[in-house]
Amino acid sequence: MNEEREMSASSVPLVELHDISLSFGGIHAVDRVSVDLHEGEVMALLGHNGAGKSTLVKILSGAYQRESGTISIRGEEAIIANPRDAKKYGVETIYQTLALADNVDASANLFLGRELRTRWGTLDDIAMEAEARKVMGRLNPHFQRFKEPVRALSGGQRQSVAIARAILFNARILIMDEPTAALGPQEAAQVGELVKKLKADGIGIFLISHDIHDVFDLADRICVMKNGRVVGTARVADVTKDEVLGMIILGKCPPAAIPGPGAMAMEVAGSA
Amino acid sequence: MLNRFLKATELDTRMLGMVGALLLIWIAFDVLSGGLFLTPRNLWNLSVQSSSVAIMATGMVLVIVTRNIDLSIGAMLGFIGMVMGVIQADLLPTFFGFDSPATWMVTLVGGLALGVVLGAFQGFLIAYLGIPSFIVTLGGLLVWRGGAWWVTSGQTIAPLDSRFRLMGGGPEGSIGEVWSWAVGLAACAAVLLLLVNSRVRRQKFHFALRPVAAEIFLGGAACALILASVAVVNAYPWPIGSVRRYAEANHIGIPEGGLFIAHGIAIPVLIAIGVGVVMTFLARRTRFGRYVYAIGGNPEAAELAGVNTRWVIMKIFMLMGLLAAVSGAISIARLNAATNSEGTLAELLVIAAAVIGGTSLAGGVGTVAGAMLGAVLMQSLQSGMVLLGVDTPLQNIVVGAVLVLAAWLDLVYRRKVQ
Repeated sequence: MNEEREMSASSVPLVELHDISLSFGGIHAVDRVSVDLHEGEVMALLGHNGAGKSTLVKILSGAYQRESGTISIRGEEAIIANPRDAKKYGVETIYQTLALADNVDASANLFLGRELRTRWGTLDDIAMEAEARKVMGRLNPHFQRFKEPVRALSGGQRQSVAIARAILFNARILIMDEPTAALGPQEAAQVGELVKKLKADGIGIFLISHDIHDVFDLADRICVMKNGRVVGTARVADVTKDEVLGMIILGKCPPAAIPGPGAMAMEVAGSA
Repeated sequence: MLNRFLKATELDTRMLGMVGALLLIWIAFDVLSGGLFLTPRNLWNLSVQSSSVAIMATGMVLVIVTRNIDLSIGAMLGFIGMVMGVIQADLLPTFFGFDSPATWMVTLVGGLALGVVLGAFQGFLIAYLGIPSFIVTLGGLLVWRGGAWWVTSGQTIAPLDSRFRLMGGGPEGSIGEVWSWAVGLAACAAVLLLLVNSRVRRQKFHFALRPVAAEIFLGGAACALILASVAVVNAYPWPIGSVRRYAEANHIGIPEGGLFIAHGIAIPVLIAIGVGVVMTFLARRTRFGRYVYAIGGNPEAAELAGVNTRWVIMKIFMLMGLLAAVSGAISIARLNAATNSEGTLAELLVIAAAVIGGTSLAGGVGTVAGAMLGAVLMQSLQSGMVLLGVDTPLQNIVVGAVLVLAAWLDLVYRRKVQ
C-alpha cells in the first residue's frame, strides 16, 4: 500500500480511471472500477471472458459512455464522449475485433479519420501509402499488399495493420485488446518487442491478454477483474503465476496485491 | 496475354465486362432492328434519355454503399419539379416579367436548395434518430408524391420558361458542333493531364509505375472514345422544322439539299457527365468519399476510428436530394411541363441502375461510373425494345429479368475473384 502511495506521489499518473461504472440492461459490466497507469508502464488487465476488461478500456477509448466515475489524464479530468475525443488525448486502441474497414486497403485503414491531404484538400493517397509502407515495414517487413482490400489479407497481416494504425499517430496511451490473438509465435514475439520499445518511449500501455506468460513477460503491474469488479492490483514482481490464476478464477487476492471491491470478502478481511 | 494487359493497365475487369455487355446489347439491337439502333439519332436520344436516371444513380451508389436505400427520390423529383414549375411560371413572372434571363437561374437555385433541405430532413431522421432508411424514404415516397399533387391541386404547369427548357435537350438545348469539339478536346486534355500527373507523383515516391506502353494505350483509348462520342452526336442534324425556324430568325438562306446543323452534346448529357465527374471526385479523392466506403465496409470500425458517421450519412442524403432536384429540372424541362406524376417509379430504375452497375446491397462496394453505365444499359434495353416494337409489359419483364441476372452474375464474379 505504501509503495503504491509513493509511486503516485512521485509522478502524476498518465491515466487515472476512478470509480467507473457502466451497466447493460441491469448487468454491471463495469462496477466501480479504479485503475491507473503511469508513463512507460504496461498495466495488464486480466480476467475471464465477460469480466469487464474490454468494456473498461472501451470507456477510455470513447467507444462506450460511462455512467459514473471520472477519467483523468495527467491529473486533469478528461472529457471523452466519443472516439475522436479519446484520440485528442493521445489514446489509441487496438481492438480485439481489429475494427478494420475490410473493403478498403491498408493505408486507407491506417489513416481512417486522419487522412493526409494535398494542399487542395483532396486525399493524398500516395503520401499515405508512402507512410504506410514505412510503418508497416517496421512491423512486418515482408508486407507488400498495399493495393488490396484488407479483407484479402491474412489474420496476422490484418493484425499488423491494426497495430500500425495505433502507433502511427504518436500515441501517449495505448490500449491493446488481445493484440496477439491472431498471430503466430514469431509475429507475437515481434509484438512483444514492440511493446518494450513503446514502453521505452514513455508510452503507457493497457494490455488485455489471455496469455498469462505474455503478461508476466511484458507487464509491470496487473489488475485482475471478475464480474465487472477489480479483484486486486499488484506488481508483477510481487506475485506468482499461481496467485494470479487464483485471482482470476476464484477472486482470491494474495497478500502482495492491493485488494479491490471484487476480492473475496474473507481475503479482504485477511489482508487488512 | 490478357492477364498481362489487365495487370499493366490496372483496368477494372468488372467494368470492362459491363462495357462488353453494353456493346453486345447495342450490336444485337442494331442487327435485329436492321441498323436502326447504332445511328447518331438513336444514340443521341439514348444519351438524353439516360441522363436523368444516371444523375440520380451516382448518388444512389453512395446511399447503397453505406447500407442504406432511398425510395423517395422519384417522388422527391416530382415534388421539386412541381415547385420549380410554380416558381418559374407563377411566382417569378410577377417580379421579373416574362422571359427574364433571371427566371431560370432563380428557379434552379430554388429547386436545388429545396432538394438539399428535403434530403437533409430525411437524412436527419435516418442518421440521428436511427429510423431505418427504408422506412423513412418509403414514407418520403408517399409524402412527396402527395405533396407534388398538393402544390397545384393536380394541375399540370406548362409551358415552362424558354431558357429553363434548354436543360431538357432538344435541338436548342444542345451545344452545337464547335462547342462539342471544344468540350471533347478539353476532356482529352484533362485525361492526359491526370495520367501524367499521377505518374509524376508516383515517381516522386518511387512507387511501381505502369509500363509506358500501357499509359499510352490508356490515354489513347480514352481520347479515342471521347472524340468518337463527339463525332457521333455531331453527326445528328437538327430536324428540318428547327432548321427552317433558325434560318428565318437569323435571315439565312437554306441552300439546296438542306442546311446541316449538328446537335452536338445535349445539355442534360453535359450536366450528367459533369455530375459524374464531380461525384467520382467526391467518392475517390475526398475524405467524405473515403468515409462513405469505410462506413459501408464496417460502420463500427469507422465510428471507432473517429469518423462522424452520422454526419456523413446525413450528407449523403442531402447530396441525394440535390441530385433528385437536378434530375427533376431536366425531366420537367424535357417535357416542357411540370406534372405531379413526373418521376413515378424512377427510384426503382435508379436502384436497378446502381445494382446493374455493380453496387452491392450488402454495402461497401460500388462505383459512380458503374452506376452511370448501368443507367445507360437499362435505357439501351428499353429504347432498343421500343425500336423493335416490343409491347410495354414485355419490356418491363425483360428489364426485371436483366436486373436479377446482373445481380447474380455480379455475385458469381465476386466469389470467383476472392
